Amino acid sequence: MKRQLLALLLIVSPGLTLAAGAGVHLDHANIDRTNLESMQRGAKTFVNYCLSCHSAQFQRYNRLARDLEIPEQAVIDNLMFTGDQIGGHMDVALTKADAKRFFGAAPPDLTLVARVRGVDWLYTYMRTFYLDPMRPFGVNNRVFPNVGMPHVLWELQGWQAPVYHTEADANGKDHQVLTDLELVTQGSQTPAEYDRTVRDLVNFLSYMGEPVKLERQRLGIKVLLYLLVFFILAYLLKKEYWKDVH
Amino acid sequence: MGMLSSTRDWIDARFPMTKMFEEHLSKYYAPKNFNFWYFFGSLALLVLVIQIVSGIFLTMNYKPDAAHAFASVEYIMRDVEWGWLIRYIHSTGASAFFLVVYLHMFRAMLYGSYKGPRELIWIFGMLIYLMLMAEAFFGYLLPWGQMSYWGAQVIISLFGAIPVVGDELALWIRGDFVISDATLNRFFALHVIAVPLVLVALVVMHILALHEVGSNNPDGVDIKKNKDENGIPKDAIPFHPYYTVKDIVGVVVFLMFFSIVVFFIPEGGGYFLEKPNFEPADPLKTPNHIAPVWYFTPFYAMLRAVTIDIGPLTAKFLGVVVMGAAVVILFFLPWLDRSPVKSIRYRGPIYKIMLALFVVAFVVLGWLGTQATTDAKTLMAQIGTAVYFAFFLLMPFYTRIDRTLTVPDRVTG
Amino acid sequence: MSGDGVDTSKRRFLTAAVSVVGGVGAVYTMVPFLASWMPSERAKAAGAPVEADISKLELGQMIRVQWRGKPVWVARRTQSMLADLRELNPQLRDPESDEPQQPPYAQNLGRSIEPEILVLIGLCTHLGCSPGFVPEAEPQPFDQNWKGGFFCPCHGSRFDMAGRVYKGVPAPLNLEVPPHKYISDTLILIGEDKGVV
Repeated sequence: MKRQLLALLLIVSPGLTLAAGAGVHLDHANIDRTNLESMQRGAKTFVNYCLSCHSAQFQRYNRLARDLEIPEQAVIDNLMFTGDQIGGHMDVALTKADAKRFFGAAPPDLTLVARVRGVDWLYTYMRTFYLDPMRPFGVNNRVFPNVGMPHVLWELQGWQAPVYHTEADANGKDHQVLTDLELVTQGSQTPAEYDRTVRDLVNFLSYMGEPVKLERQRLGIKVLLYLLVFFILAYLLKKEYWKDVH
Repeated sequence: MGMLSSTRDWIDARFPMTKMFEEHLSKYYAPKNFNFWYFFGSLALLVLVIQIVSGIFLTMNYKPDAAHAFASVEYIMRDVEWGWLIRYIHSTGASAFFLVVYLHMFRAMLYGSYKGPRELIWIFGMLIYLMLMAEAFFGYLLPWGQMSYWGAQVIISLFGAIPVVGDELALWIRGDFVISDATLNRFFALHVIAVPLVLVALVVMHILALHEVGSNNPDGVDIKKNKDENGIPKDAIPFHPYYTVKDIVGVVVFLMFFSIVVFFIPEGGGYFLEKPNFEPADPLKTPNHIAPVWYFTPFYAMLRAVTIDIGPLTAKFLGVVVMGAAVVILFFLPWLDRSPVKSIRYRGPIYKIMLALFVVAFVVLGWLGTQATTDAKTLMAQIGTAVYFAFFLLMPFYTRIDRTLTVPDRVTG
Repeated sequence: MSGDGVDTSKRRFLTAAVSVVGGVGAVYTMVPFLASWMPSERAKAAGAPVEADISKLELGQMIRVQWRGKPVWVARRTQSMLADLRELNPQLRDPESDEPQQPPYAQNLGRSIEPEILVLIGLCTHLGCSPGFVPEAEPQPFDQNWKGGFFCPCHGSRFDMAGRVYKGVPAPLNLEVPPHKYISDTLILIGEDKGVV
């Protein structure tokens, strides 16, 4: 039996190893999906800074109000643009064609971005814009090199400059390696405050990626408890019948 | 009670209800020594039912239209009541199906269940496996995400490797110059009706063939050689109630694992639902790293392992041939195995080592198929492919010379 | 195997327990699948309350708006139409609107909040056709003493200018009055009546 279990483990093991990440180190986002206030603040940041260019075309305002426990009137007053319906999606006024003209590529829809990129990637991405005069918007990004997006939260974070370190490669040739980012212009928030702002935003993006997550887990506990009871009864029944088998 | 039994008699006079129940359950005599590995047949049947039911409910809201497919899946996930659960059940079910079927096939290899007189059961089973691969492939395009699109692109391009007719064939499969609405629409039809019909018919044939010759067992003993005065094998018990109550336990345990995935890790670490598939299909942009879903990766790794041209035959073509051969060779297993015994319990060390190597090669190839290629990994895949084929091609020799133990007359429990 | 010494009652109890617990599980499993047929968030959003502007609605005229996909009629009745209503009572099936085909605030002679303004769901209570608006009080092929109202072309049901059903026609009930309220004198919100007594 032990040998068989080992064989079973061998067979399923590819499903247990995680896919290797990209080369850049990602900071842990450490979000808490049960923290409503965090997601509410994130929603506000999202509407104020992201929604002008990025849509969330599968997210309904009234669902957001219900899930984040914000009164519908407050959502209408604070989070919606005039003309939107409370039952409508978080669409964006900018057309795809215009967006392509402004940014070179249409800004992607963000409803599912947390499921595409992962929360740690987003958390790191929003905190690693740095000054780069070679880029059209004057900024580059550590986890998304040559990104087409400007640093929209610069008023909050301030500006960071890259710190390079010279390293020799195998052929003895020197290379500039980006090792760190350094705050050169203060923003309106301290670095700790800014980290929290980004964490809240990422928490909200994670919510949008899968609004049903907490409900899913709660139901899962109940289903497993039921199955456990069923298992005990089924096992006793099996044992009872198999007394006949010698 | 009188009412019930007269109703039963009324039906039995017109339809063989009781007869079928007896033939396939209450008087189907199965060996009493089934072990852990014998759960996976009934579990495969369970997953088939789960997939059919959840699939039917998905079609009620899914739109097989390139302009609406992706959004309709998100509609199911967000706007349809309980739609998220139905979709996660279906996506998890796909992986569960392959896991269960792989374990079921491995059981057949452990105990020689494919050997005579059960060759046809194995052939039907292999056809089920082929249809399952087709079903999974067609179904994977439907969410119309980046992985759906580019995965299908790669697989259909494989047909382009066939000499002379390849390009025309790929064009015919797609119905367009690229994967498009036409491809999606026909894959939908194949996924929701054509393949499932064939699959269900094959499952019926698989079970009928099994019940005709009777089940094998972990000892590989022919239980029909020892019958009691009523003509019932001495080592057998009626399937119902003994194996129905046992299989219920198996089903519940399986459902526990299934629920853990559905409710707590529906993405399966990116293996059951791949990250790029949360982005709508974009014919202009390939994701950085594309890999098929995990259950295809062993064959995908073998495809990529072929890197050399032989004469006029390109590596691309040969890769497709190797991949196809890797599946087709399984069909010949009953005739490749020349061992006088069925079960691994009475086989010699050579077969045990070969089977172990085969399992390791299959798992390693599966892992390699998820990885980006490097020179070292390509070499590993080549070794894995060689081991995989050696297991089959050398089988007629090593099974004949391998030392075997005496098989007992009766099962050992 | 043998049948000796089998504890039948234990066996029967466990079989029943597994059947019941399994059956309960099966029923619960059906819930999500059956519930998935209920209106989705999209259907609910599309079925949100709609506004009807009656500032340009003239006497004896009717406008149609769509609420939850159904036709909703808003008509402005003349004094003579309102005067005829009471007279018709003996010819009607439910003249006092006893059946719950209207919110409580519309259970009056004119079946409306404002006497002049009639708001109705324009689907016949027989089999769901949308009746025609025949406001003129003059003889009609289907009724020589027609006082104005609605006539269903499908099966000949007739309703008066308050949507009340005549006797002797297939439709069993008065036309339904949807929940509604006045946002202002000239703007009606159909589908929501919070705050209307």
